[in-house]
Order: sequence, then structure tokens, then C-alpha cells
Amino acid sequence: MTTKNVHMKIGEMKTATGLVKNLEVSIGKIVDDSWAEPMGPTPMPSISALRDWDMKLLTKYKPFYMPDCDLCCLCTYGKCDLTAGKRGACGLDIAAQSSRIVLIACSIGAATHTAHARHLVDHLIEKYGRNYPLDVGGLNVKVEAPVTRLVTGIRPKTLGDLAEVLDYCETQITHCLSAAHTGQEGNNLDFESKAFHAGRIDQVGMEVADIAQISALDFPKADPEAPLIEMGIGTVDTSKPVIMCIGHNVVPSVGIIDYMKENKLDGKIEVVGLCCTAFDNTRYYDRAKIVGPISWQLRFVRGGFADVVVLDEQCIRTDIFSEAERVKAPVIAASEKNCMGFKNRTNDPADEIVADLVSGKVPGVLILDPEKVGEVAVKVATKIAPIRRKYRVLPEIDEIKALAKTCRQCNMCQRSCPQDLSIPVALKAAAEGNMALLADLYEECIGCGRCEEACPVKLQIHSFIIKAGEKCMLEEKNYCRSGRGAVQDTEIRNVGSPIVLGEIPGILAVVGCANYPHGGKDVYDICREFALRRFIVVTSGCSAMSAGSYKNAEGKTLYEEFPGEFAAGGVLNVGSCVANSHIAGAAIKVANIFAKRNLRGNYEEIADYIHNRVGAVGLAWGAYSQKAASIAAGFWSLGIPVLVGPHGSKYRRMLLGRADKPENWEVYDARTGEKVNVGPAPEHLFQTVETPQEAMVAIAKLCMRPNDTWKGRSIKLSHYIDLHKRHYGCMPPDIHLFVRTLADVPMTMKDEIVKILEAKGWKETVIPDPTLLPRMIRKKKE
Amino acid sequence: MSCEPWQCAEIAATKKANPITKPEVAVAMIKKAERPILIVGSNAAERWLEGRQLIEYIIDFAKASKVPVVATAHMVGEFLKRGYEPAAFMSAMDIGNRLVDPEWQGIDGKGHPDLALFIALPYYMESLILCGLKHFAPNLKTMTLDNLYHPHASWSFPNATLEEWASNLKVMTQKFEGGQ
Repeated sequence: MTTKNVHMKIGEMKTATGLVKNLEVSIGKIVDDSWAEPMGPTPMPSISALRDWDMKLLTKYKPFYMPDCDLCCLCTYGKCDLTAGKRGACGLDIAAQSSRIVLIACSIGAATHTAHARHLVDHLIEKYGRNYPLDVGGLNVKVEAPVTRLVTGIRPKTLGDLAEVLDYCETQITHCLSAAHTGQEGNNLDFESKAFHAGRIDQVGMEVADIAQISALDFPKADPEAPLIEMGIGTVDTSKPVIMCIGHNVVPSVGIIDYMKENKLDGKIEVVGLCCTAFDNTRYYDRAKIVGPISWQLRFVRGGFADVVVLDEQCIRTDIFSEAERVKAPVIAASEKNCMGFKNRTNDPADEIVADLVSGKVPGVLILDPEKVGEVAVKVATKIAPIRRKYRVLPEIDEIKALAKTCRQCNMCQRSCPQDLSIPVALKAAAEGNMALLADLYEECIGCGRCEEACPVKLQIHSFIIKAGEKCMLEEKNYCRSGRGAVQDTEIRNVGSPIVLGEIPGILAVVGCANYPHGGKDVYDICREFALRRFIVVTSGCSAMSAGSYKNAEGKTLYEEFPGEFAAGGVLNVGSCVANSHIAGAAIKVANIFAKRNLRGNYEEIADYIHNRVGAVGLAWGAYSQKAASIAAGFWSLGIPVLVGPHGSKYRRMLLGRADKPENWEVYDARTGEKVNVGPAPEHLFQTVETPQEAMVAIAKLCMRPNDTWKGRSIKLSHYIDLHKRHYGCMPPDIHLFVRTLADVPMTMKDEIVKILEAKGWKETVIPDPTLLPRMIRKKKE
Repeated sequence: MSCEPWQCAEIAATKKANPITKPEVAVAMIKKAERPILIVGSNAAERWLEGRQLIEYIIDFAKASKVPVVATAHMVGEFLKRGYEPAAFMSAMDIGNRLVDPEWQGIDGKGHPDLALFIALPYYMESLILCGLKHFAPNLKTMTLDNLYHPHASWSFPNATLEEWASNLKVMTQKFEGGQ
């Protein structure tokens, strides 16, 4: 920490001149200079401080806009039609408007993570004090907050230090969002640069949230052997009262778990979670269970499993209270951000609230005291479970058959389905008694319920699908490794060299939400493919759940099959959404620990290092949210490419390189200052891929970096070529762009590739010490 | 047949696709184009029409019309398996990005396409790309050969049944010299 608030309070002091009582003195900040690392050029950057760096990336990876909406309706001048070159009343064109929407999305995402962090930090300071020390991984983690150190120049040591970091984040997010006001920013690339900035801040906010909860709540501390957690609806013991927690903020769940433990009820009640709260529950209490990703809210509630539904924040269905009411499950809203219209009962006696919920006098309450949430949730679950007896609203098969006969085959369900599922055909079969087609939809359905909203005869189509797929649902019994948190410094030391030299073919981060095009199996298949190829596979969030939801031929889940180390062939779950910061942190630590580059306020140099040397790729196969946008933006600004699945095209802007333009792929050789063409490595910064096969080929290709040694490039090329041949049925057409010297060519393919190189007129080039920054050029030797 | 967006919320503002009332109209416009390309997405190997895979219809059409094919995703492998070599393959984003570049000289390097035909991409992806082209490629015409109405295209078939779709594709193929 570099600065401190100094606040002195003197109760009573006798001096030569008199008696002083109740004196409080605040003298602002003093500098704590115990951190010897010199300050870099951009500590706590403003929204334009890293603009030059952003523009370097945005020149290389130009935005490709797919506007998604032709209009702007953000001010009362509008609606403005921006079609095909028209400007709106404020002067904005569709490119700037599209990038403005990107900025707004990234600002929402950054604000959400940062507000989450603020709530956590304030709560934990209140409970444990400002001076509570941070401990992310004991002696194994000395660089406790790489993102924070890099962006802000602050080395946090205590919870109180984190509060100051958040002050900075909150200021920056306000500036980012303000730039989206009508009549502010007008240039699309400047909007993009500000979106990158929101992403940088988002990474800091996430890191603060996770290191605060890891430290104060004693989550696994950079532990490769974090416990394996039971996961899936089939693991829930429905003979017990079931408390279901949905969202991302663990604080109310901690209240529940603590109350259970204090009252020796922890073996008698099931605490299960959906979405990221599920992970953080298990990081606090390894007997908590994970139901599944965000998209399973309706199936779990309508299936009647939950006796009490506790809502914290983010990614919660906003109609979940009415769904819970249908199955007579009381709801406790526990976040100020998500009051759900319930009466605030925070100051009422717990037993009074319990009585109201159990009797059904009120369907839900707002309680903003996590300890009271714990007491009320446990008492309500215990009392109501024998009354509700897992009451559910799923129809019986005979009812589905009868109701399906009323289907008009109007197609509105399919036309409203984000997946374009063949629901009318399945309903027609169901009307004839064949439920197989409805059951087939279970895996691909993302649980949004739009089909029911569209149905003119009000068929409960989603419930039909759940019932038809019930056998599959109840057989979901898997394991997911609890979130391990950060990557150890020692792990970085072990893999730093092979990553930078390219001998570990890449780091694949499979992150984000569950808006998958064809179910979660694709996530499992992709993770397993690359783990078997000895990439480092990192997972987080709902993708980490999907990765663990399938088994190999021996009946082992991914987390049982592969070790949890940050090492070649490892599959490690870092944790919930906010733990994504550890993935960026690992890349940053490679630059710091392995390459000895200073972090402190030194963003541009470290991002340049990562972009040119660390073969990392993010895949958000089912990204849906604004938080996913801001997480991606944090990786873009570090120069790390991100792939999204087909639904990710709705983010409406890609950042694409042009492999066919050689002039775009020049870097400086830091040794000589000469410009060297390094080919399209990596080719894109943000790209939608259409199929899992395409994703696999793209991942292998995007792991190539200019700094790869010949040995590393040869390994990376062999994976790229192998996957390309398997999925595309032919040799990659761009192989010549990635071969710098003949030593790069994989030995076993030499004859075939040399012929291609000759046909393409390939010429040998050098392997530079690559940088995009002229200031990093060392003086040319005379 | 309906000229409403297949996915209900994919609405356009003031510039909407002209409906193609008969396959012969589409053929006339393709014949009129000097440098058409056909972009084929991953659903080509997923959809079945009258017992044949969609990709088989597309190969017949491409051979008859001689419109060069750009295969997206992993579709090149599906074409090669069937003995047809597409003119190019790249991601759907890459071909979209090249089409908005007025300097791009096409897949053969001889000039920018003047007509981009689309078929068999996921509806929402195709819709987004068409929207991007509507805004940023003002000199390019776009047409979908799907059975789903795409408002962001220049021309689109209305929503149609699989039978109607198969019929349209067959008619279009027959109208080109060498079509069967």
C-alpha cells in the first residue's frame, strides 16, 4: 500500500497547557514507501491515460460492427434511425452508437463486479476490521493482487487497503459511463478505448472482491487440490429441507451456513446453489452443493426441490419470486440491488418473519442483515419442508399429452426460442404420446421460458420439457472442483519459461455463462481436448460447472481425470465470476515473476509483454451478460484474444485482424529497432465462432505468439494442423503465415509443409524480441 | 408465406428486405450480378429436406450456378467429404469483415463481390452479419436462400416450409445452365 488515511482519536490527554478531551484529527494520507518497486508511468490511469495503447490494438484489430438494432432510443430527440450512414439528431452514426452500446455494457459489467466488491469489502471490514490482513495463498503467493498492482500501483495488504482501491474503481466507472451520455464522446474508436478501460477497472474490481473473500472467509488459498464438490440436481437429498441460493454474492449464504453450524444443523439441511453463489458457498463450506448453471433456475424451482429461495445479486431471474410462489417456496431477497418489491423486514424479529413466511402470509421478504437471513432461512426451511413436501408444478405425462393436443402449431414458440428449437414438432409428437422429442430438447434448452410467453394457448412448454427430461435431470450426479482462487507464484515459476517459449502450447480459459448453442457438452469436449493436448485449461463460473457435468469412458468427470494444478495438462477451476481476475493475474505474473518486469503502474509494458509472448486464449462459449462483456474487455486490453460462441455475436462488435494484410502484422524487434513481420499471431482479439469444431481450431491457432521459439512454434503448429485436418478435413491454408524459419515446421510434416511453403513463395524471417512499443527498443549496437 | 422476421424480435427499422416471391426472381438477380459469392453456414449439415441434407442441395446449386462458395465454421470438411471443393473457407465473422472493406478484392483477388448470398448460418448470426452489411457495405447487395425471412438482407425469401424450401432450391438449380 502506498498511501494511508491517518485518523487519530484522543479520548482524554493531560498536557502542560491543559486537558484535551475527545479530539479527532484526520490528516489525509501519508505515503507508505515500503514497496521498493519503482512506480511505472500509469498508476491509477484516467480514462484516456492508456488511450495510445488501446489505439495500437484497435488499429491491429479493427472493430467489425453488426449493430443488432438500427435505432437509437436513448434520448428524447429520438428514436433516431441510423440506417446505412444516417446520423442521429445528436450527430452520432451507427458505428459510434454500436461502440457506445459496447461501452455501456462494459460499464454495467464493471459496475456490477465493483459494487459486489464494495459490498463484500465494507461488510468484511465491519466484521473483521480494516487491518485484517490479506492472505491469498500463504507463502506460495507473494504477488497477492497482480491486477491491482498493475493498474493502480497499489500493493494492498489489508481489507482497508482494498477499500481505497475501490474508490479509484468507482471514480473510473463513473467517468466511463458518463462518456456514453448524449453529446459526449462521438468517435467509435474512442468509445472502444473507454470500453477497454472499463474492462481494466472490471478486472481490478473482480480481484478485490475475490481476494477479500478468500482472505476473510478462508476460502481455498491457491489450492490445486481444492475439494471436489457434489454437483447436479441428482445429488440433492430431497429428504432434507433444501435452501437454494441464487446469484453471486456469498455474504447471505455465509449467514445461513454459520447459523446452521452454530445450531448443529449442518448435516440436516441441504444448502445448494445456482450460478456463482454456488461456487462461493462451496469455497466456504464444502458440504454445500452445486445445482448447476444460471440456466437451471426454472427447472429447479418448478421441480419443487427448493423449500426456501435466497436471492443475493446478479444473473437472477427477475420473475423468480412468482415462480417460487407457484411451488409455495418462500423467497428471501438479501441484496439492496435486488429488492424484488418485498417489504424490508431487516429490523423485525426473526421469529415474526419466519411465521409470516411459513404461514404464507407473505410470499417473500427483504432482509439486508446476512445473519438474520441465515436464521430466517434455516428456520423457514425446517418448518416449511414438511408442509410443502417438495410441492412442484410439473405436469404429469398424461397431462402433457392432453395439453399438447391444444397446440395450434403456430410456431410462435420456436420463433421466440433463442435456440430455434423444434418445439412445435416435439409438441405434435407429445400429443400422440411420444415424449422423446420433448426430452431431446432438455439438453439444449437454456431455460429462458420465452416459449411460454409466446404461446397463444398458454402451454407451459418449459415445464413440459423438464418433465420429459426428468430422468436425465435426476441422474445429474457429478463432481466439480471447488474454486481454488489464485495461481501460485511457484506454479508460475515452473511454467513461465515453457509458456513464453511456447513449449506449453497455450493457456485456455473457458469462462462465462451458460447461453450455449447446443448444451454444455461442447464445453466439456473442448476442455478435455485441450487438457489431453497438455494445454493449461482454466475454468470459472457456469462454464466450470458445465465442464464438470459429463464423464469420460471410465466414469470420471474432468476434475477427477485431470490434476488441478496450473501446469501442462491441468484443469483448474479458479472459482466464481470474480475469480476470473486470477486468470488475468496469472498472465500478469508470468511477466512479473518469470520475466522480472515491474508491475507497479506499468500497464502498457506488461500488456505488450503478454500480447506478444503469453499464448493465452479465453473462450466464453455461452457468454450472455454485460459482466461477460467487461471481463472480455479486460482481456482485450491486455492483448489476450477472446472467443465467444454463436450467441456472443449479439455483443454486436468483433475485433478482427486481417491475415490477408501483411502490413498489419509488423512488430519492432526490441534488440535492433527494426520492424519484423511476425504474421497474424494472434489473428483476432474478439471473435464469434459458430461451432465447437471451429472453436477448437481457432483456439489452437490463437495461442501462437511472435515470441514463440522454433520449438514452441513447432509444437503449436502441430496442434493447429492436427485439429484443422481433423475438423476441416484439410491442411490450413494459412500455414505459411506462421512459419518463420524451417525449424518451426513440425518434423513429421516437413515434406508436406515445405511443398506448401514453396508454392506460396514463402521467405524465411527472424524471430524477434517483439514489442509494439518504440520505447521498449534497446539501443542498436554499433 | 410470411414476411415477418423468423425470430420475432429481429426487427429492422426503415430498410427491410424485399421479399423474393418466386425462385425465378432470385435466379434473375444472381445472373445479373457480376461477382456473386455464396456463404454457407454450419446448419447445412444439420438440416434435412425431403430426405436429403441441405448441403447436397447447396452443392447442386453451386455447381449449376457456378457461384463460388465460401464455407464458414468447419463446413469445408463437410463439402470435401462430398467431393466438392469450396472456393474459400473462413469464419463467418471474417467473411463479413472482408465484405465491409471496399478495398477487398474478393476471394479470387479480382474484385469486390457485388452480391453476397447467405444460407444455413444460425438465424441470429446471419441476421447480425446482414445488419452489419446493410450499414457498412452500401454498395453490396445481399440475399438469403434460407426458408426464413431475414429483414436485414436486401432480398429474402419469406418464411416457408421445408418442402417449399426444397422446391425453391431445386427450381433455382434447374434455372441455371447445367442444373438438374
